[in-house]
Amino acid sequence: MNFSKSFRNTFLVILLSLIVSACATKKTTTQVEGQMQGDVYTGTDTVKYLADGVPDRVFFATNESILTTKSRDTLRKQANWLRENSSINVVVEGHADERGTREYNLALGERRANAAKDYLITYGISADRISVISYGKERPVDSGSNPLSWSKNRRSVTVKAN
Amino acid sequence: MFRILNVAFFIILLLTTKANSLIEIDITRGNLDPLPIAVSPLFQDNNSKNEIKIENIGSEISSVVENNLKTSGLFNPLSKEAFLQKPDIAHLKPRFEDWALINAQALITGKVTIENKKLKVEFRLWDILAGREMMALAFTTVPSNWRRVGHIISDKVYERLTGEKGYFDTRIIYVSEEGPKTARVKKLAIMDQDGFNTKYLTLGNELVLTPRFNPTSQMVTYLSYFKNLPRVYLLDIETGTQEVVGDFPGMTFAPRFSPDGKKIIMSFAKDGNSDIYTMDLENRIVERITNHPSIDTSPSYSPDNKFITFNSDRSGFQQIYVMKSDGSNVKRISFGKGLYGTPVWSPRGDLIAFTKLHKGKFYIGVMRTDGSGERLLTENYYQEAPSWSPNGRVLIFYRETKSNDKGEGFSAKLWSIDLTGYNERQVATETDASDPSWSSLLTN
Repeated sequence: MNFSKSFRNTFLVILLSLIVSACATKKTTTQVEGQMQGDVYTGTDTVKYLADGVPDRVFFATNESILTTKSRDTLRKQANWLRENSSINVVVEGHADERGTREYNLALGERRANAAKDYLITYGISADRISVISYGKERPVDSGSNPLSWSKNRRSVTVKAN
Repeated sequence: MFRILNVAFFIILLLTTKANSLIEIDITRGNLDPLPIAVSPLFQDNNSKNEIKIENIGSEISSVVENNLKTSGLFNPLSKEAFLQKPDIAHLKPRFEDWALINAQALITGKVTIENKKLKVEFRLWDILAGREMMALAFTTVPSNWRRVGHIISDKVYERLTGEKGYFDTRIIYVSEEGPKTARVKKLAIMDQDGFNTKYLTLGNELVLTPRFNPTSQMVTYLSYFKNLPRVYLLDIETGTQEVVGDFPGMTFAPRFSPDGKKIIMSFAKDGNSDIYTMDLENRIVERITNHPSIDTSPSYSPDNKFITFNSDRSGFQQIYVMKSDGSNVKRISFGKGLYGTPVWSPRGDLIAFTKLHKGKFYIGVMRTDGSGERLLTENYYQEAPSWSPNGRVLIFYRETKSNDKGEGFSAKLWSIDLTGYNERQVATETDASDPSWSSLLTN
């Protein structure tokens, strides 16, 4: 089951790369290649930064709220930065892609935001410095209807609250 | 001929011959052969013509009726050009042979009078084949209510010919959407069931979602992101009064009224877990209904208040469950391939409508309340959130189109489909629209 899922995902990535590279003579070929692992977004083009070298967001697989290795790495950077800037509080926004029912996506966004919050807490950040809000599928960052766009939208974003 | 009864601000007068009619419509299956009906323009008394600003109010009312009957898919209103008899004479006594000649099986006639700034409308329904009157009714109201008179006539005709209550004198509340996908502006909007009289209830300053009617009053519950705190609100659409009802330390969402209108059932999300709660609107007592580490959302009561259907991913994926309204006896009822969401109990009690996701497609379907007899009514790229017509015969939902890589080509529209799977049609709205909820009948 897991094997077939990751196989399908790999296949999707290859297929996507093929589609893109096929029409990429004008665009930059590197834009999509290697931007997804499984169906988790691994690129950087929508990522903003809380501070130098501290990305503001992490990405999730479809219907999942599990943090990937890369997500945990990003959140550790956020935790370090928050420790050094103890006067700053944050809001973690949870988001879903457009391929789900609205109400379930609201719950899923909340679950994702809390997965990120919990990780920050285990790295020493006080719970009362972190609030969460779910936007479900209401605030996509990429308006396309394709697997790459959806992967950019399945995210939690840590933003400064003050 | 017409008996007069006073009913609230509407004066409904009623007398009907009880003779058996030859025509009746079976609405339990797809109607591929809609009933040919002639809707004669309601004729207007010459004396009262000066008193009213709306020109041809009689034919305007008959157009409302005609449009309703046609949209139901059960009737085929005939072209007025073929009518041989004048409206005033037909209303007194139709020449049934003339109407039979153009293949009409039923005929609606009527008369409009204005007296003391009140609009009085009489109408009659005739059985052409049997050659007799089936129904005679009259209403008195303020002239500005003329469209509602058309809707009430439609409901009476529908009920007389199908044996079930109509759904025309109703309203739809929905979310109006404008702007690019990444910065959508959403407002609560309300309109008559046929798309007229649209009113916007919020300004679009904050995100609003999932409005739902109270089945017993003109109250609405919805989710608002006012001050960036997603909470369940209550809105009185007559007075415009709003209040927060789900002010818990976390997000409250997915609200719906109980069928008796006394409670709101909703999800409350905290620390990554969503469970179902109810709030009694009278004493504000909150009760927790589910207690499970999974996502529990989209609750909907059975019409007898005894059961609740809801959406949960406790099996690992989104599925539909039914439990007693105290939260006991939780049973999964969806077992087909794919994911299931947005269960909503039919006002008739026998079915649950839902959204299904399978292999990249979205379906609106129905199943019996034990999960058997699953029937998918429509398949599309994206559609969800069905809401029942008050008679349980039609579902309204919203559909989104796929956008290209630049986000162009995206739209959100309301659609309706009969329970039979036939008569799928777009419901016209001024803007893009989503999250429709159908009201109860405004008058009975």
